[in-house]
Amino acid sequence: MEYEAVIGLETHVQLKTKSKMWCGCANVFGAPPNTNVCPVCLGFPGVLPVANEEAMRLTALTGLLLNCTISRYAKFDRKNYFYPDASKNYQVTQYDKPSTANGYVEFEFNGGSSRVRITRAHLEEDVGKNIHFERNSGVDFNRAGVPLLEIVSEPDITSAEMAYEYLNALKDILIYGGVSDADMEKGMVRCDVNVSVRPKGQAELGAKIEIKNMNSFSGVRRAAEYEIARQIDVLKKGGQLIQSTRRWDDDAGITDEMRTKEHAHDYRYFPEPDLMPFEPTEKWLELVSARVVELPLARKRRFMRDYQLPASDAQTFVWDAALGNYFEGVAKQSKNPKAVANWVINNLRAKFAEANEKLAADQAALGLAREDMILLTLAELKFKPEALVELTALVEAKTISSSAAQQVFAEMFETGKSPGAIVQEKGLAQVSDTGAIEKLCDEVITANPGPAADFKAGKGAALNFLKGQVMKLSKGKANPAVAGEILERKLKS
Amino acid sequence: MAAAEIDVKYVAHLARIALSPEEEQKLGSQLGNILGYIEKLNQADVSGVEPTAHAFPLVNVTRPDETRPSMSNEDALRNAPAQANGLFIVPKIVE
Amino acid sequence: MLNQLTISELTAKLAKREVTAREAMQACLDQIQRVDKQIHAFLSYDAADALAQADAVDKVRVNGGGADLPLLGVPIAVKDVLAVKGQPLNCGSKILGKFVSPYDATAIQKLKAAGAIIFGRLNMDEFAMGSSTENSAFGVTHNPWDTARIPGGSSGGSAAAVAADECIATLGTDTGGSIRQPAALCGVVGMKPSYGRISRYGLVAFASSLDQIGPFTKTVRDAAVLLEAMSGIDHCDSTSVPQPVPNYAGKLEGGIKGLKLGLPKEYMIGGVDPEVKQAVDAAVKQLEKLGAEIIEVSLPHTDYAVATYYIIATAEASANLARFDGVRYCARVEGHDPIEMYGKTRGAGFGAEVKRRIILGTYVLSSGYYDAYYLRAQKVRTLIRNDFLKAFEKVDAIVTPTTPTAAFKIGEKSDDPLQMYLSDIFTISCNLAGICGLSLPCGFTKSPKLPIGLQLLGKPFGEETILKIAHTYEQSTSWHAEKPALG
Ligand SMILES: [Mg+2]
Ligand SMILES: [Zn+2]
Repeated sequence: MEYEAVIGLETHVQLKTKSKMWCGCANVFGAPPNTNVCPVCLGFPGVLPVANEEAMRLTALTGLLLNCTISRYAKFDRKNYFYPDASKNYQVTQYDKPSTANGYVEFEFNGGSSRVRITRAHLEEDVGKNIHFERNSGVDFNRAGVPLLEIVSEPDITSAEMAYEYLNALKDILIYGGVSDADMEKGMVRCDVNVSVRPKGQAELGAKIEIKNMNSFSGVRRAAEYEIARQIDVLKKGGQLIQSTRRWDDDAGITDEMRTKEHAHDYRYFPEPDLMPFEPTEKWLELVSARVVELPLARKRRFMRDYQLPASDAQTFVWDAALGNYFEGVAKQSKNPKAVANWVINNLRAKFAEANEKLAADQAALGLAREDMILLTLAELKFKPEALVELTALVEAKTISSSAAQQVFAEMFETGKSPGAIVQEKGLAQVSDTGAIEKLCDEVITANPGPAADFKAGKGAALNFLKGQVMKLSKGKANPAVAGEILERKLKS
Repeated sequence: MAAAEIDVKYVAHLARIALSPEEEQKLGSQLGNILGYIEKLNQADVSGVEPTAHAFPLVNVTRPDETRPSMSNEDALRNAPAQANGLFIVPKIVE
Repeated sequence: MLNQLTISELTAKLAKREVTAREAMQACLDQIQRVDKQIHAFLSYDAADALAQADAVDKVRVNGGGADLPLLGVPIAVKDVLAVKGQPLNCGSKILGKFVSPYDATAIQKLKAAGAIIFGRLNMDEFAMGSSTENSAFGVTHNPWDTARIPGGSSGGSAAAVAADECIATLGTDTGGSIRQPAALCGVVGMKPSYGRISRYGLVAFASSLDQIGPFTKTVRDAAVLLEAMSGIDHCDSTSVPQPVPNYAGKLEGGIKGLKLGLPKEYMIGGVDPEVKQAVDAAVKQLEKLGAEIIEVSLPHTDYAVATYYIIATAEASANLARFDGVRYCARVEGHDPIEMYGKTRGAGFGAEVKRRIILGTYVLSSGYYDAYYLRAQKVRTLIRNDFLKAFEKVDAIVTPTTPTAAFKIGEKSDDPLQMYLSDIFTISCNLAGICGLSLPCGFTKSPKLPIGLQLLGKPFGEETILKIAHTYEQSTSWHAEKPALG
């Protein structure tokens, strides 16, 4: 029998705020344990939460980016369970009235485009971190109370690969929207993967098996692959699958059953009496909508359409948004955007990176940390965008050879001089005037009788050698095409 | 619901309170009486009545996204039953 | 003796430099020395720190400052459920161990800013769960009028301390009557402000949607002064209400002619002690004589109040008290994993009543029961609130007994929780409705001589009105002037 997989994802994403969800502690990663804490996020007796307005905005903004509807009435609830990393032994979350719901994420998959529906995205608080030792465990509450968005997808995902692509698309959207830094290494994105399998064509879903706390997308892909195969295997062997929770062991590359917590399905949700409901006004929503940005996929498609770029170039400009924005600035003034794209991607990007590496190396030598370094931005380039337009025009008009163009670009990057000025100074303009080239050809033929004879005897390759000599003589200025024609004519006659 | 049915063992475990058999037994009957009394709420006609979660209705109470100084690690751990390396220490967590 | 003075009397003397803050503070400490062995209102106090604060006050006076600080030099002791930076915070429970608060409750901050001397921790029913202070892990507080009797609760220590002149005024908290009931049983003034009037930040929550901080004082005027000092919006409490704070003390005079007072017919039930009924009837007559118009009103859902309260309060408490787990604080009892540690710590740390309520609250929220209990209770709460709002369309305030009986004997009801709960019948609805209420002395039982309290209930944020009614009544009687005879 044929089986198919059904996958749904619950993705937790830390929101990009200055302060935590309920208190003024800094929302930053990497501080020494229990130093970004206060009575509120430590759940001390008598404290109360007050909601961070920016977190409410980022939640609504995410809703808009994920094509969700924004609820006109949202509230917070208490989810009750005991765990050492929960500073109040209840988590404040949105149970039956989430801030936003019913959207979708669109992304490219299998050469086409796929959609995964979003059930809801609700705002809650992150918990602390448990650190396990030989004999006991330790708890760090720096992360406790960081605003966390839980994005729940419908079970629309049919393969491990698709889950992987969905997560990357989601991550790009969140970073693009300025909602989250979505930095995996810093644990800013974690997800639970719900995997089930069923005989192809069967309507009802198989037993849902949850893989908890995945913190890398590749891990999700491998875990889902493994789990799908495992479940199909169980069924094929006539076995039974029951709803359960498993853990992914990345080293062993397997999932194993977790000792499910006794309280698992009795969270005793009830409305959080310490927080008031949220009813966004038109005005408030307008301000949030103003922060909506173009999504990565839309941007890629627009670049391909408006500038006739190949998918690969457009994708480059999606991943490196700053570079893409710079390109657009130049391309708008140019008749040949494709050529501009080539210069930006093949030359500018490399030179720019090189320049910043030098800067970074020097500043590092001065003992500066990465985050304290001041590096170049594309806005600070010595040459104006028009210069790049001019350069591509010169090449197109064959005023300079492509090798000369390389020199011109290097020069304008260093000095900011206009290409025209550089060509003048360095006399890089191509010579197409036949009279001058005729003379050079005669010199070369007399100076190289051997190769000349070879060509006459039918050795075509000899022509290139002679052509090269002409170019040398002209210090690269001769138009190689013209030189070739003249040599051929002279030698054939 | 029949109030007498309350499963004290299960509920006490949810609440993470270890009870002696005597306590369990006594609580069972006391809670039985109280729940019996509470049953009177079933007589109230609440059709079409909105629940009250807050004694005074307010909406959209938020704070600006500004940081305030945190506590020192020493102050954070001052009341901790067990601590080491700046962490709150608990018995080994087994998942 | 200075410890017997009211806030207004003391501040006047201090302003005129007739006495020093140190003298007043010392007088309170002396009285505590004299009588607290019998009363046990105080769990702890730091005499040296209290006197140091007093000296600081006197320095300000000597330098001619402090005119703008309404409570400068007034000794105020607080219920053990309010956070005071650097002071122990135990909530009348063993579970908190040696907990010392790293911060001030907002109300405390405001009192300190007004110049008050905050000293001493007052006894209470564990986590404010009780009506007699018998549920304290640190021993019962005795009623100054008859030390064989309870002072009421849960703020029993706060009421007894004022009745015994152990300090000038105290703070308590009221979730279902925990200020008004002990005030009545100890013969002092106690006020529960409207929900949201005073910030709850730093009040260790029992039931978040019902709790309020309030004053215990010797006169209505003093209650007005403290209320004003503590009230107002607080950006650390999302439930504090942005309502301007009137000059309560400045609006006490002028009489109550033409004010309409409601008598709820549902409160004229059996079970009210005849002497209590007699005293309250007399008080109502007196109010009528003072120019008020007495009107019968109806609060049809009164009979559901106690049941509604015990569902909502215990459900909220079951979550609020989950944080006492032995991880970040608390007296931990070790276990070989966290689950066992939690169970042992909470099993050993919480007293019987607290366990009873946490388990009841956990049960009513547990899967399958939410709608039948919690949701239904929230709906009945709406009906109860609407009863009051409707009644207040007809009347300016409502008058009732504060309690069905005077103070009962220690141990009398401690084995019957339900009977204990039912003794809160007159005070509980006020918290469910979020309105304001206060209790003031309106007479005594013959023998033994025990105080009887009159309760005034006002509209949400109608404190001005009930304070004025109470003050006018108080000025026309001498009940508040009577003092218990203490050895
Ligand atoms: Mg969640
Ligand atoms: Zn904090």
